[in-house]
Amino acid sequence: MSDDALFEFLCRMGDNTLVLGHRVSEWCGHAPVLEEDIALANTALDLIGQTQMWLGLAGEIEGKGRSADDLAMRRDVWDFRNILLVEQPNGDFGQTMMRQFLFDLWHLEMLKALSGSSHDRVAAIAAKSVKEVQYHVERSGDTVIGLGDGTSESHRRMQAALDLLWPYVGEMFVPDHIDAQMSEAGIAPDPGELRATYDARLAEVMTEATLTIPDSGFAHKGGKSGMRHSEHLGHMLTQMQWLQRAYPDATW
Amino acid sequence: MKPSVAEIWTWLDEVPDPEIPVISVVDLGIVRHVAWDGDTLEVAVTPTYSGCPATRIISLDIETALHDRGIGDVHIETRISPPWTTDWLSEKGRAKLMDYGIAPPRAAGGPECCPRCKSTNVTRISQFGSTPCKAQWRCADCLEPFDYFKCI
Ligand SMILES: [Zn+2]
Repeated sequence: MSDDALFEFLCRMGDNTLVLGHRVSEWCGHAPVLEEDIALANTALDLIGQTQMWLGLAGEIEGKGRSADDLAMRRDVWDFRNILLVEQPNGDFGQTMMRQFLFDLWHLEMLKALSGSSHDRVAAIAAKSVKEVQYHVERSGDTVIGLGDGTSESHRRMQAALDLLWPYVGEMFVPDHIDAQMSEAGIAPDPGELRATYDARLAEVMTEATLTIPDSGFAHKGGKSGMRHSEHLGHMLTQMQWLQRAYPDATW
Repeated sequence: MKPSVAEIWTWLDEVPDPEIPVISVVDLGIVRHVAWDGDTLEVAVTPTYSGCPATRIISLDIETALHDRGIGDVHIETRISPPWTTDWLSEKGRAKLMDYGIAPPRAAGGPECCPRCKSTNVTRISQFGSTPCKAQWRCADCLEPFDYFKCI
């Protein structure tokens, strides 16, 4: 296993939490009710905190003196390694919560597996994060059920959100040469191994939510490899990174 | 002469948590280790939640308190493993939380009773609250909303 591969893997973990954390923070002050606004802000905060740990370690492994902030704020689209799902726009509240649940369910299983990583630092970050993510998945799952099995309007919107986001689920489980090196070294699981647990839990929640999982295995790919991000990421980065782009090296 | 580690723990027990000032950083269970390494005092602090914005303030408050007691050479290490758990809250801290109006954490996943009227007829409003470590609950008897310190 090379340090380059480990750096890539850590960027994938950190970019997922960074991009989703930023997306969720876009709701701050706009959520439908105060409690949801607070819950979304707290979720975003957890994800940004986890980003600091993942990208902080990535910078150390890379050994070029880049900090978590440098990696977050001074890279452009093609260097980001997050999956396509997390960069998709918020849409309405239901779509945001569907995206959150589809990610949280994967995130929880991934972090559980990483808690037993052969790499001590990776295991420590995962063990810290998994406690927070248990709360995220509990809440996003409850919300998907509440809205899916809610009014005809909320049901319609949740089914539309699931249909829209479903093609982005597959990317989480498709292994590549980085994943192969990680699993060979015992650092991370083969992502394909997480699918059975994910599908079982997903089916339970969607049944309770009276929602239908689309009958299609098609998966958009290219986020975690960095080959083909959707157009949305670039737009998001212009917002997230504008200060460092306009005033490089600015500090508080 | 260097103060003893036991004495330093009592000083740290006077440093309030910046967000819930009725309890100390020691009550909260985030000070994990205090030891002398030569003339340097080593202090290990663990964050409650990974994104908790108070973490940096807490380290600064600890450093300031120790400087005020005449310890000039303090090294504060942030330690994430093993991860913080609400099991590390002190008994004294739990009682103070209740008096302050925040229901202390319980393994059962919810508050034992309303901190105001002690009714056990309570319902959850949201898993999340005003800080990462709290959830929002409501008492069905006195009708007051209250904070519950989440169990993690
Ligand atoms: Zn009451």
